[in-house]
Amino acid sequence: MTTVDKRAPRLHVDGAILGYKRALRTQNNHVSLIKIKGCDSKEDADFYLGKRVAYITKAQDGSFRVNWGKVCRRHGSNGVVRCRFRRNLPPQSIGSRVRVMLYPSNI
Amino acid sequence: MTTDKSPRYYPAEDVKVPHKKHVVVKQNPTKLRQSIAPGTILIILAGRFRGKRVVFLKQLASGLLLVSGPYKINGVPLRRVNQAYVIATSTKIDVAGVDVKSIDDAYFARSKDEKKDDEEEFFAGDAPKPAVVSDKRKADQKKVDAVLLKTIGAIDMLEGYLAAQFSLTVKDKPHLMKF
Repeated sequence: MTTVDKRAPRLHVDGAILGYKRALRTQNNHVSLIKIKGCDSKEDADFYLGKRVAYITKAQDGSFRVNWGKVCRRHGSNGVVRCRFRRNLPPQSIGSRVRVMLYPSNI
Repeated sequence: MTTDKSPRYYPAEDVKVPHKKHVVVKQNPTKLRQSIAPGTILIILAGRFRGKRVVFLKQLASGLLLVSGPYKINGVPLRRVNQAYVIATSTKIDVAGVDVKSIDDAYFARSKDEKKDDEEEFFAGDAPKPAVVSDKRKADQKKVDAVLLKTIGAIDMLEGYLAAQFSLTVKDKPHLMKF
């Protein structure tokens, strides 16, 4: 039998939080812009539509907390994507990491 | 010119008119994705067995997919999995010889013997109770896997493939990957 890989598998794609959907002087906090790693065009972004997104933070006692969201639509033509979360992302999360899961899958 | 004449007779008290009955529309069963057919190897994306590659056996009446590891290869028993949490690979094996007719959603229903003494439970504390796998499940698993293992053994490298876990690595782009 082949050796079993005991490491936890990575079944998500990393993304960066770019900020909120905004015009120059007004912003909509309920929609966040996410840059998914490796996703650089409109066609690439279509794969991720509807996928669940997790914004993970650590609580004071060391446990993990997740703010779930989903990719709702494309944003522009370079692979950036708009996401809505259960609770709006906090402004201090801008620039930080988000996990884009591979489910609900359509493959 | 017509006028709405009130009827000559009307009841003294207001008569209750029953609400229109809310007819529950029978939902169609979940459509099975084109890429999923009995014998397809699926990658489970979430849950306890995330990353595992399993064999798809059949779609149950509830719409969930019945899969098996096989148990000996990757530890996944006969289990139900939701289509949305699964990637279908293009690898298919022949499962015509596998008999899963007796397995349906009722097979997976939780057993109702939780009537333990409350006091006993209270003093036992919060230790997780070890999962008890019924003999029936073990027997069914053996029966199904016996056929599967034969088919899998005949195909080169398939056993190792099913034992290996799926994981994304640094250069992988899921939107460009062919599964």
